[in-house]
Amino acid sequence: MSTSPLVSLLPQLASGAAHTHALGFEFDRLEGDRVRIRVPWREDLVGDPNTGVLAGGLVTALLDHVGGLAVWIALDRFEPIATLDLRVDYMRAAEPRRDLIAEARCYRLTRSIAFVRAWAFENEPDDPVAAAQATYVLSARGAREADKARAAETAR
Amino acid sequence: MSALLDRAPYARFLGLESRQDGDILTVTMPFADRLIGNPMLPALHGGATAALLELTAGAQVALTWPRLRLPRPINVTVAYLRSGRPVDVHARARISKAGRRVAHVLAEAWQEDEAQPIASLTAHFLVAEHDL
Repeated sequence: MSTSPLVSLLPQLASGAAHTHALGFEFDRLEGDRVRIRVPWREDLVGDPNTGVLAGGLVTALLDHVGGLAVWIALDRFEPIATLDLRVDYMRAAEPRRDLIAEARCYRLTRSIAFVRAWAFENEPDDPVAAAQATYVLSARGAREADKARAAETAR
Repeated sequence: MSALLDRAPYARFLGLESRQDGDILTVTMPFADRLIGNPMLPALHGGATAALLELTAGAQVALTWPRLRLPRPINVTVAYLRSGRPVDVHARARISKAGRRVAHVLAEAWQEDEAQPIASLTAHFLVAEHDL
């Protein structure tokens, strides 16, 4: 997987769109099928100015975005996908004035749908600020690619 | 205008504007290039729409429970119904259950036609001061 052209695209996919660029998202790392992005703490991304804690809505945006990266990694190619739904559980407030990291893994890919879990944290995923479960719809072309991948898997 | 949205830096970053009609808030996220997630379509980033819904739900909770310093979400679920086109988005939330400790909130976001929402949100908020 580390030789895949998709991997070299990850920094661009993490922060290349106008919105992700404005939010300051950065690609962090890929380990197996787990991908991480980071949002550096910034004053204008805070929810409550009295605490300096990053806004809940920003955490949701971060988890939505990293989940998409995990889907492209599972597909091993870039193609248009759309988030179908996203559930975020907030375990605790983020630590004030700290960067947040989000990690995601696509744990199931069907012809049309990708199933993803993701976590947001400051240090380690086992002490999460928030956890997400999301589904993404693949393009029709993506469905055909998934068929091919499955056929190749069966042939091995 | 919602006091919560007024003082939240992230709401200002998104350019949110709100108006209050009776005890219902309507929040608008005016279109801006920095909200674009997919430049090819072009389409708004789903995260921006989700943040609008989440902030709208929080602001409606704050309006309903004025003694809460900051409403704390327990969980939020967003369904993306249509792609967000590069125009303004509006959102409105309603409290579907006001419990003693937990509130259940529904919200919808739309663009030109309120009957054709682009996303919907279901959320629980903690409304007791010293929980969690």
